[in-house]
Amino acid sequence: MSVTATMLPVVARPRRRVSFRAAFGLGALLLIGGSAVLAPQLAPWDPARQMLTKRLRPPMWQAHGLREHPLGTDHLGRDILSRILHGGRISLGVGLTAVTLSALIGVTLGLLAGFFGGRADALIMRIVDVFLAIPYILLAMGVVFALGPSLLNVILVMGATRWVQFARIVRADVLSIREREFVAGARARGNRPLRLLLRHVLPNALTPIIVVATLELAFMIIYESALSFLGLGVQPPTPTWGWMLADGRNYVATAWWLATFPGLAIMLTVLAVNLLGDWLRDTLDPRLKV
Amino acid sequence: MVGYVGRRLLQSLGVLLGVSVIVFGLLHLTGDPTRLLLPLEAREEDVRQLRALLGLDDPLWAQYGRFLARAVRGDFGLSFKHQVPALALIFQTLPATLQLTAAGLGLALVVAVPAGILSALKRNSLLDALCSVGVLLGQAMPVYWLGLLLIMVFAVGLGWFPAAGRDGWTSIVLPATALGAFSMARIARMARSGMLEVLAQDYVRTARAAGIRTFVVTYKYALKNAAIPLVTIIGLEFGILLGGAVITETIFAWPGVGRLAVDAIFSRDYPLVQAIVAVLATLFVVINLVIDLVYTYLDPRIVYVRSAR
Amino acid sequence: MALLSVEGLRTQFATGAGTVRAVDGVSFAIERGEVLGLVGESGCGKSVTSLSIMRLVPPPGQIVAGRIRLEGEDLLDKDAEAMRRVRGARIAMVFQEPMTSLNPVFTIGDQIAAAVLAHEGGRRRAAWDRAVEMLDQVQVPSPGERARDYPHQLSGGLRQRAMIALALAPGPQLLIADEPTTALDVTIQAQILDLLRRLQAERGMAVLLITHDLGVVAELCHRVAIIYAGRIVEMAPVARIFEEPLHPYTRGLLRCLPHPSRFGQPLSSIEGAPPDLRGADAGCPFAPRCPLAIESCRRHEPALAERRPGHFVACPVAVV
Repeated sequence: MSVTATMLPVVARPRRRVSFRAAFGLGALLLIGGSAVLAPQLAPWDPARQMLTKRLRPPMWQAHGLREHPLGTDHLGRDILSRILHGGRISLGVGLTAVTLSALIGVTLGLLAGFFGGRADALIMRIVDVFLAIPYILLAMGVVFALGPSLLNVILVMGATRWVQFARIVRADVLSIREREFVAGARARGNRPLRLLLRHVLPNALTPIIVVATLELAFMIIYESALSFLGLGVQPPTPTWGWMLADGRNYVATAWWLATFPGLAIMLTVLAVNLLGDWLRDTLDPRLKV
Repeated sequence: MVGYVGRRLLQSLGVLLGVSVIVFGLLHLTGDPTRLLLPLEAREEDVRQLRALLGLDDPLWAQYGRFLARAVRGDFGLSFKHQVPALALIFQTLPATLQLTAAGLGLALVVAVPAGILSALKRNSLLDALCSVGVLLGQAMPVYWLGLLLIMVFAVGLGWFPAAGRDGWTSIVLPATALGAFSMARIARMARSGMLEVLAQDYVRTARAAGIRTFVVTYKYALKNAAIPLVTIIGLEFGILLGGAVITETIFAWPGVGRLAVDAIFSRDYPLVQAIVAVLATLFVVINLVIDLVYTYLDPRIVYVRSAR
Repeated sequence: MALLSVEGLRTQFATGAGTVRAVDGVSFAIERGEVLGLVGESGCGKSVTSLSIMRLVPPPGQIVAGRIRLEGEDLLDKDAEAMRRVRGARIAMVFQEPMTSLNPVFTIGDQIAAAVLAHEGGRRRAAWDRAVEMLDQVQVPSPGERARDYPHQLSGGLRQRAMIALALAPGPQLLIADEPTTALDVTIQAQILDLLRRLQAERGMAVLLITHDLGVVAELCHRVAIIYAGRIVEMAPVARIFEEPLHPYTRGLLRCLPHPSRFGQPLSSIEGAPPDLRGADAGCPFAPRCPLAIESCRRHEPALAERRPGHFVACPVAVV
């Protein structure tokens, strides 16, 4: 029993069974994910359909709003709700793919750096430093622009710039695991390095990888929207939340709903992912607590 | 100590070198930079001329060498669009960005650090709960959305602040708030957890056992320890904010480097893009170097440990 | 009047898994200039007792009953500021781990000076000089220079000396030493014990020495209290404990010590494990492990009673 923490005030908190935050996060995420997957079925309108007679209608609870367009319509008469639902597919889809890509790159490099140490480690870490030094937005913008804005390029760019987070955490883990006895034991039995890596080191490093992946997903969603907002993301007519926000920017004074709802969607999704990530981290690996 | 400083300097230089490689590489990503530099309808003749002019037929490493030699002297070429030296353009607009970033970071620190510390001291109180909610929302909110919301509410709706431009002290309030908000969340979390961790340490117990006043223990003893990780975060945050400035400047039409960058990218003004990335990256590296050195002052163990290796 | 008188102290921790009764009815007294040893295994409540006296029990711990009288004044009645003035100036504490117990970002001179300033005010220069003086008293070589060092620059033994200097700087009447030598090498242990003995004699200071090491007890203490499961089971002058240990637990502890006379025989240990402090079981806490336990032991908790002059035991069976 430790005898520290003498300065903290005493507040007795009953321990809960299930964390409220985690439940909320998971629930929200399922809802969002589900609606993204089922968007074609759920959306009342075709997101690209322009109904010019019903331009700039406010949400249905306001005057001039229409029941059939619960969240209003945009400047081309497209239904906002449908666009948001479809936009979710892009955001989540891109996010998940990009996270997977950056995880693959980052974990591999992190494993190599941590396991082989020495020159390989120094080299990889220097590369990490370089990537950290350049503001990600600029890098992404430059690269996307050089290669042309498209879905694939956005994923590539995001994956290729954010791998550093994975590399660092995996390397740190590998370094600490490497020193532990059971690895030395396996080595003594003559296991080849690759086998050692895959069978012993990787499973232990898996926990922080999952946690980082979740938090990175949140970042990717914002990142992708930012690129779309700047016009460098997925191109129209595919609706993305970022693009909708960019449109909405022109109507800030006249049609507040154009900009508000997509942003709200982004925020809620990111919030849900963050909550889930936090809970995962708290249960799986408190070491990572910021 | 000198050895440590020297080593960090070398490290920074190495990073800058790497950055230069990437910046150089941007132009050559597609294999043929002329595609990027000339309009699509350019004649074969023009393409050949440009290649000769820019020395694009030389081996890559030679081109890189030339690029590096010129870059070190500050010569990134002329901006295509503005027809002035790229670096000069950047120096014109950089102060505006630095001002915005500093304001955003300053605001974030002023709000978040006390909030984080107080919520650590009054754990599980109402203040703590409110801060937690604030942190959660702040981390989830995209900076551009917050910017738009701020404009909608405070500029258009209430008319308290201007929606765009850099014009008098009121015009910095909204952009700085939008920019700072994301940092606020992270800094507050860091401050809170850092403080909690320090307060749980044995040496805090020793200080109390010696009868030192609680005020002194918290704000002198504990804080100095908690400040250390906080200082490192500041360096990182500055870099993140520089990136966020790009978007914020676009929304608020703030005449800084970020807006220049977006503009340059869309005008295919590659020399300018290269120059901006190089300058901002250098700035970031320098700031982190300074932060590292400040860190060694605060925590006497670091130099000792490193030099003992 | 005794310098320190603890009566019926109970300190509990409310955890998610039940209430841990770390200190469950502890009473003892220390006279001026006396060294009382508090001996027990890990987790038996000895550290919590000392923290309770200082009122530094970490949450979720709380003192729920008892009195702690320092020269007649009940410490549990005092408000926060009054208690602060007691800490350091009248009762001081030395902890087990000198590395983590000293602030890594301040010099040891600064830290000792801070302890002086907290109670006597005055100028920083004067406090610093006092700090150097204290370091000299604890036999730190070149105290003027060492005072400017940071904790990580000193060896374990020097750090512990610095901690002692810190504790003694304000001139307390009672020093609580919580396992002061456990984390140190054996040779350094001896030095620190010597130092403590010398300082105690010079200052006529009372000491509450908390340890699990009976050897340390033999060296330094006048009287010993054996603590088990948050309760005192035996209390007597040191010589008596070694001559005639009465409580079965004490006897078990002494038998565990390797002794030349038993050379060649297997080391003995006490069977079983210490009880879960959450239990509200009736009866003597040691009963499950006790070779002498009878039926009533499991039903009635024995009280501490004086079975021989100055020798208290909480066991009805042991004294026959």
